[in-house]
Amino acid sequence: MSVDGSLDRLKREGRIVVVGASLAGLRAAETLREKGFAGSLTMIGDEPYEPYDRPPLSKQVLLGRATADRTGLPRLRAVDAQWRLGVPATGLDMAARRVRLADGDEVEYDRLLIATGVRARPWPQEDEAELDGVFVLRTRDDAEALERSLAQGPRRVLVIGAGFTGSEIASACRERGIAVTVAERADAPLVGALGGVVGEVAAELQRKHGVDLRCGVMVTRLEGDSAGHVRAAHFSDGSTVEADVVIVSLGAQRNTEWLAGSGLGAGLRGIACDAGCRAFDIRGIVTDDIYVAGDVARSPHPLFGYQFLSLEHWGNAVAQAETAAHNMLSESADRRPHIWVPAFWSSQFGVNIKSVGVPSMGTEILIAQGSRSEHRFTGVYGYQGRVIGAVTFDQTKWLQFYQQLIETTAPFPPAFPTVDRRPEGQQPIPADFPDPSVPTHGPTVTLSGYAPDDRRLTFTPARH
Amino acid sequence: MRLVVDLNRCQGYAQCAFLAPDVFAMHGDESLLYRPEVEEDRREDMARAVAACPVQAIMVDANSPGGNPGSDREAGR
Ligand SMILES: Cc1cc2nc3c(=O)[nH]c(=O)nc-3n(C[C@H](O)[C@H](O)[C@H](O)COP(=O)(O)OP(=O)(O)OC[C@H]3O[C@@H](n4cnc5c(N)ncnc54)[C@H](O)[C@@H]3O)c2cc1C
Ligand code: SF4
Repeated sequence: MSVDGSLDRLKREGRIVVVGASLAGLRAAETLREKGFAGSLTMIGDEPYEPYDRPPLSKQVLLGRATADRTGLPRLRAVDAQWRLGVPATGLDMAARRVRLADGDEVEYDRLLIATGVRARPWPQEDEAELDGVFVLRTRDDAEALERSLAQGPRRVLVIGAGFTGSEIASACRERGIAVTVAERADAPLVGALGGVVGEVAAELQRKHGVDLRCGVMVTRLEGDSAGHVRAAHFSDGSTVEADVVIVSLGAQRNTEWLAGSGLGAGLRGIACDAGCRAFDIRGIVTDDIYVAGDVARSPHPLFGYQFLSLEHWGNAVAQAETAAHNMLSESADRRPHIWVPAFWSSQFGVNIKSVGVPSMGTEILIAQGSRSEHRFTGVYGYQGRVIGAVTFDQTKWLQFYQQLIETTAPFPPAFPTVDRRPEGQQPIPADFPDPSVPTHGPTVTLSGYAPDDRRLTFTPARH
Repeated sequence: MRLVVDLNRCQGYAQCAFLAPDVFAMHGDESLLYRPEVEEDRREDMARAVAACPVQAIMVDANSPGGNPGSDREAGR
């Protein structure tokens, strides 16, 4: 309890505003109530829907096992909030502690949580992006529209970008018997997140399932017919693919524009915060009333050299939201750091892919168990002589063990024998990540420097 | 009622799939696919699945006396 009782007052009658009513926003709201926050809670979200879950959008929904309007997140407890849905926040006045809304309203806060996430990076040529049959996949509306057009039985689908989302879309299409071409600028799918050694396996999986996978090429132009529907895509190698559905899957952009000029350290790379989820302002000074969580945040992680991590991971949004909520209602000595070990899953071509740690920091990989050719293996990533990440293809049961090695900064390569070690796993090999200075569409973990505001960074969109 | 499975936690033990095969199903050897929303009268089934999951990965709408805490009533302002 604070000396002047201000924390008690905050808990009793304070005003907490959450901007971004999705996974992180909802879990934070629930945690605030669980911790006894009895004041007013306002949830501001630009989508007109209650918080829903995104991972099923590229899996169950595209497979026809669920509809996009039936992916609402369960409520773990009552949040008793004022919901302002369908209204974007358009500005922040840090001095007056006020959030401006698009409808002209202003909402005052004592504590603010920013959880505005990311959006799909659009196809850079606007007129081509507007052709009928060209999609991105981030929201419930996106998924509904895409599913509808897949249900009409397109002759061929083109997926531009073979990150996790693009690969899952291709997988769902194949399962529905739809012809698919995947265009990837790198040498293989998933290389941004998992490196070339594992990317090769991902490529094999795609081809085995009948995907027309084209790597090392870019899509240079989308062509429409006279009715304004996409009909073909032109590639950098001079070839053309006829497709009536095109999904642009080139990664994400952080939703921070609404904070421009506010003085908060928000930019293209997200919003920098300290390990306690408190946002930095542009001077690099940490605020005490503004918190950040989820895909839009980047926060320093002690296990990874205090590098600022931006993680587009479901589990990160949950864990960071809970920590932010806890810290909002705590005295400084009671605050907790967000030291969640990154973890991720994906399901594609019948294989369960999971990872822990930060594989993309790895310079070497050891196939510690199983075999790549059987598409069932555990890869362990090493960085400067320690275990930094791990990935499993259909070997979930081993992941926990490697997570412990990461948490305890165990030496790489691991000094002990493992079950089911094959000849290919005798020696580490280069993990083969693309040059980090070349922007790729799909690393789900982005490492960046210490500067809280990176406005100087310019992104050159992949000209696929 | 709505449900979500924390698939970072899920170990693919498939206990849930034995209990409610129309809601939870293995897809391939280790991937779990589930229906994110099921009929309200399945609450007991879901409670059983939640209890059976050895890693507590399944989360469902909390059951509160006044109805579902997250019903559509709450949307709007
Ligand atoms: C198709 C798909 C598949 C995925 N699959 C996986 C997976 O298999 N495994 C995994 O770990 N992760 C997966 N993810 C990632 C996971 O869904 C995200 O990490 C998670 O949604 C992040 O939650 P968030 O609340 O931080 O952000 P978001 O879910 O992006 O929510 C942010 C919300 O804020 C809103 N908003 C933005 N700007 C404003 C504003 N100015 N005012 C008001 N509201 C605003 C947005 O519209 C959005 O509703 C997937 C994502 C997608 C899209
Ligand atoms: S019972 Fe739990 S661990 Fe097993 S498949 Fe179901 S959710 Fe996963």
